[in-house]
Amino acid sequence: MRENIRNRWDHEIIYELIPEGASVLDLGCGYGELLARLIRNKEVQGIGIENDFERVAVSISKGVPVLQADLDEGLPGLPDHFFDYVILEKTLQAVKKPLFVLEEMLRVGGAGVISFPNFGHWRVISSLSSTGRMPVTAELPYQWYDTPNIHLFTARDFLDWTRANSVRVEYGVALADGEVVPFDEEYSDRAEEVLFMVSRS
Amino acid sequence: MSDVLSVVTERATKQQDGPESPRSVGWTRSRRVRLADKQNPLPLDCGRTIAPVDVEYELYGKLNEERDNAILIVHALSGDAHVAGWAADAEELGRPWLKTRPGWWDTMVGPGKAFDTEKYCVICSNILGGCYGTTGPASIDPETNRPYGLRFPVVTVGDWVRLQERLVSYLGIQRLLAVAGGSLGGQQALEWALAFPDRVDSVIICAAAARLSDQGLAFNAVGRHAIMTDPNYRQGDYYDGSTPDQGVAIARMLAHITYLSEVAMNRKFGRRFCNGEGPGFHLGVDFEVEGYLRHQGKAFAERFDANSYLYITRAMDYYDAAAWGGGDIDQACQRIKSRLLLVSFSSDWLYRPEQTKELAQALYRNRKLASYVNIDSSYGHDAFLLETDKLSYLVRCFLEGGEEQ
Repeated sequence: MRENIRNRWDHEIIYELIPEGASVLDLGCGYGELLARLIRNKEVQGIGIENDFERVAVSISKGVPVLQADLDEGLPGLPDHFFDYVILEKTLQAVKKPLFVLEEMLRVGGAGVISFPNFGHWRVISSLSSTGRMPVTAELPYQWYDTPNIHLFTARDFLDWTRANSVRVEYGVALADGEVVPFDEEYSDRAEEVLFMVSRS
Repeated sequence: MSDVLSVVTERATKQQDGPESPRSVGWTRSRRVRLADKQNPLPLDCGRTIAPVDVEYELYGKLNEERDNAILIVHALSGDAHVAGWAADAEELGRPWLKTRPGWWDTMVGPGKAFDTEKYCVICSNILGGCYGTTGPASIDPETNRPYGLRFPVVTVGDWVRLQERLVSYLGIQRLLAVAGGSLGGQQALEWALAFPDRVDSVIICAAAARLSDQGLAFNAVGRHAIMTDPNYRQGDYYDGSTPDQGVAIARMLAHITYLSEVAMNRKFGRRFCNGEGPGFHLGVDFEVEGYLRHQGKAFAERFDANSYLYITRAMDYYDAAAWGGGDIDQACQRIKSRLLLVSFSSDWLYRPEQTKELAQALYRNRKLASYVNIDSSYGHDAFLLETDKLSYLVRCFLEGGEEQ
């Protein structure tokens, strides 16, 4: 989840990816750190969507405009292609209707920036196969019954979705052994977490 | 009956800060100023002008040298300028009920509170057409030397806000740090953002929307009908005799139901009987909820002018922010320059959360700096007066966020 400071590598990449002055929608903006930095330092026009009261309030205190809403209800009232970028930073695995959320992301945004933990990482796979139990790792620290990550999927699952839906992957990086490297599908089991920028071709 | 009374007073005693409390603005005195006269009458939306216009207002905290720390609070239907503290002038104003409770948003306004009077200068005035010190239908019409009654012009939320602008200018304030209000006060806050985009930094709109729904119009219509069919109403010309208290009480009872929620009423009354036992087999007040509503209606009739109720609910009906865009809310929102905080309450069915959210979406479509929060509450529409812990936290965050920029 977002508050895990240790896992902010994607946060930095997204910060660098977003150009000055862009309009940005952050889906599941958490405590608003990313948007606050983008607004302050890169003159980004940013809006966050977040459903948790405390996180909404903290985001607002940072000067981030936030709409409190449930992502599973989509983004009604927001026009097509309204934002240059829509961010889904480690949020997709926690929604009920991930494909609907992805479609909405690509509807309102020119490009989508999405990061998520890769359930296909070798340590996850070996943990599952050797113990016969759902893995509990640093990236996925929850038990099966209390995890907010209700849709676990792999980098390859995601890429399958992009191919089946004419979604172009513009950019992909992975966190592997603590380093950020270009994403390579052939070695996707090395990626603990991945980040893609996608758009509708 | 004691149970009913405890329910009635629950709201007043909840987290009350006494006049000596360091968190209270303490004893307050209202002020009055003439803001329109024959030479400079107030033009109204209805096409008429009005003069003279006196305004009752209260002011807490200090205006700083730059005069940029002023927050205007705008009140709802039955509110007054006495937003915080304890009225030292309750007796001379002829409003004894003010002695029993602090101002209507005392939980929000005071030293160290969300609208921190150590930091901000907080202003609140009674609306035009009201009955708490500002010129209204009970005031003397200079043309007849008798109370206006129905000769009082039909006033609008826009008129109220233009009069508030006169007050703000009179106080030497060019730019307000914030305007904040709930319900009908929320409509005024929104109107400020639309009518005076360059004169307010931040706008806080609670339990309100761009307009009242047809259901809301319907409730107001029934309330007015109850008043206007009261035999004492006499075409609004009742000031020298018996007043239409029955009609006002019924209007209030009906409206009061719309301020609560089913859950809140269940929790408060639980179908309990006044006698604490069971059915009394009579048609009078038997359930606690009946006794409560009777009490609310009666108390309100004692403190509110029937004509003011008619005029104010009419203004509430007419208000439509989309008018600034020729009926198109998106176009209307273009004019706004302030940052905004929109707050709805989950169980509010008078101004439903969806309606507040729709306004937020119109603001986003215009790329305005707006936030929308739906506070989870079972209090219904009244939550803007009761759910003040969460609201305080949000308001603090929002005002702090304004300093960030």
